[in-house]
Amino acid sequence: MSNSLNQPSRSLWQDSIYRLKKNKSAMVSLYFIIFLCIVAIFAKFIAPYSYETQNMDAILQGPSGKFWLGTDSLGRDQLSRLIYGARMSMAVAVFTAVISLIIGSIYGAISGWFGGIVDRIMMRIVDLLFSIPTLVLMILVKVIFDSLDLFENPELKALTSILMALSLASWVTLARVVRGQVLQAKEMLYVEAAQSIGAKPMYILWKHIIPNIMGPVIILLTLQVPSNILFESFLSFLGLGLQPPFSSWGVLSNEGWALMKSYPHLIIAPSVAMALTLFAFSFLGDGLRDAFDPKMRGRM
Amino acid sequence: MIDKLKGLAFPALVLWILILTINSFLGFEMAPPVLWATGAVILFAFAVYVFKMKIFSYIFFRFIEAFLTLFAVATFTFLLLRVLPGGPFDQEKTLPPEVMENIAKKYNLDAPIYEQYYDYIAGVFTLDFGESYKYIGRPITEMLAESMPASIELGIYSLILAFLIGIPAGVWAASRHNKFTDRLLMFFSISGVALPVFVVSPVLILIFCYKFELLPAAMWSGTAYYILPVLALGTRPAATIARLTRASVLEVIASDYIRTAKAKGLSETAVLFKHVLKNSLIPVLTYAGPLVAGLLSGSFIIEQIHAIPGLAKHFVASVTNRDYPLIMGVTLLYSAILITSNLLVDILYSYFDPRIKLS
Repeated sequence: MSNSLNQPSRSLWQDSIYRLKKNKSAMVSLYFIIFLCIVAIFAKFIAPYSYETQNMDAILQGPSGKFWLGTDSLGRDQLSRLIYGARMSMAVAVFTAVISLIIGSIYGAISGWFGGIVDRIMMRIVDLLFSIPTLVLMILVKVIFDSLDLFENPELKALTSILMALSLASWVTLARVVRGQVLQAKEMLYVEAAQSIGAKPMYILWKHIIPNIMGPVIILLTLQVPSNILFESFLSFLGLGLQPPFSSWGVLSNEGWALMKSYPHLIIAPSVAMALTLFAFSFLGDGLRDAFDPKMRGRM
Repeated sequence: MIDKLKGLAFPALVLWILILTINSFLGFEMAPPVLWATGAVILFAFAVYVFKMKIFSYIFFRFIEAFLTLFAVATFTFLLLRVLPGGPFDQEKTLPPEVMENIAKKYNLDAPIYEQYYDYIAGVFTLDFGESYKYIGRPITEMLAESMPASIELGIYSLILAFLIGIPAGVWAASRHNKFTDRLLMFFSISGVALPVFVVSPVLILIFCYKFELLPAAMWSGTAYYILPVLALGTRPAATIARLTRASVLEVIASDYIRTAKAKGLSETAVLFKHVLKNSLIPVLTYAGPLVAGLLSGSFIIEQIHAIPGLAKHFVASVTNRDYPLIMGVTLLYSAILITSNLLVDILYSYFDPRIKLS
């Protein structure tokens, strides 16, 4: 006991990172996610072939020395498509999380901070968006952005419309959480102290409230990334997201599902990749929650 | 009196749902007198509950609120669709202007927006959502009514499966806290949450339809057809419910009144059912509201994979076809289900925890 008292004191963040490092499954997941990000970023150098190169004399082959995971119905190398798919899926998931974080936290912070009638109106709008089916909302936004012709580049165009669809559908959850957190933090004594020495509202919001609610928001963000991956693959699976020849895990699952009966190897690879990634994000999210907020341990 | 009724009503409700499910799942009529009796008990108990707890005005105001929300959703969707770039009848090949004019006249699209809006809202009051733009001459109400049964059946079976597996698994895991069983169950549940439906479903089909040829892979016409889709759709909610239940049971077990209950010599079962379960179901209920709406309005992926003639296809096809009346119809239907299930959950809240006041 006396030993632990003599240890140098740790800050809240150091303490959290220490707790996170002790959590084995969370650390393994973190390394896996870092590995995945590296693969996604350097897809061009890692993938043995391009995602759209077709080998018409080698279609629908099983795994072999030349094509490690086999080829699809147009003779495209499955491993390369999986690697490029990781790139697309991760890009969509991460950017969506960032965009929805920005919109959601600004909206939620304003709503929670000003309270009263502003809060009521803003939350009613959120409720309204909640009662429209997510899928309808996402497809609507996508239809709008598809008809806008913002970019020449087809890859960029496909990416923007799906990014917008996903972020506009997912910022609402973040806005609710941030509002709840701000409402709680607003009542804290340090806010009162800051007010009493004459700090301006925006200064307090930026300097005191936002740093104090970052923990739960980061956790939520870690849980938001896998759900974005899922939604992107839902859309692609339904044929509404990215289209071939672009590759994402949803596109690959869709193609694999069509040929599942005769060529099961086409569905197994993207399924395993997606399952592993979602596992890693869930474990990391749980680990982060335990580390930042030990009281919340075990809750959802 | 009211406490006895409250105690009776919930088992009666469970029994009622179970009998209904078994009847429709296996496709035969079973015990209609029991069904009538339990139904009467539930209705009577509910009426007494509403009367005694004086929540008449509460329910009345909730209905008005629900009504206003639906109105707002209808207005919002209507305006959103009108400001969308492009019209529902734009095609690759431009039609002659006379034809476009006729189409606009037929669907009243040449009238000013406020008039169209008025007509639409007036129609909604009589449950007339207009005619489809895509399936010419078919009323939306008819299309929705036709595809609702399959979706609702699928949803209810999955919901029941989720609760039947999720709650016992959660309680079991909590009772073996940090032991092997707990770890194993939580590993399964995290897999259930992490695995997407379109991974689970093909794997189930590969195993049960292609490998062992036990079950049919597609369609919706009998007990054997229900099993795979219900399993695939129920996995994820079951896993989430298991995690929620476990966490909340762990919290409840640690509280003082459980210690007291044990100390005064109550049996384990009595403690479990009277104190632990009742108190730990609150977080699970919170999750149930949106879950019910999500499941009842159909799962897009499952219905597509298993070729189930349900609602979900309308959610996707209506938007891609720009079938405006159908989009409005499915949106309003979804909102109505969501609002109703949230209201039910709120009433159940105060049933499980009388400290929560409805006002």
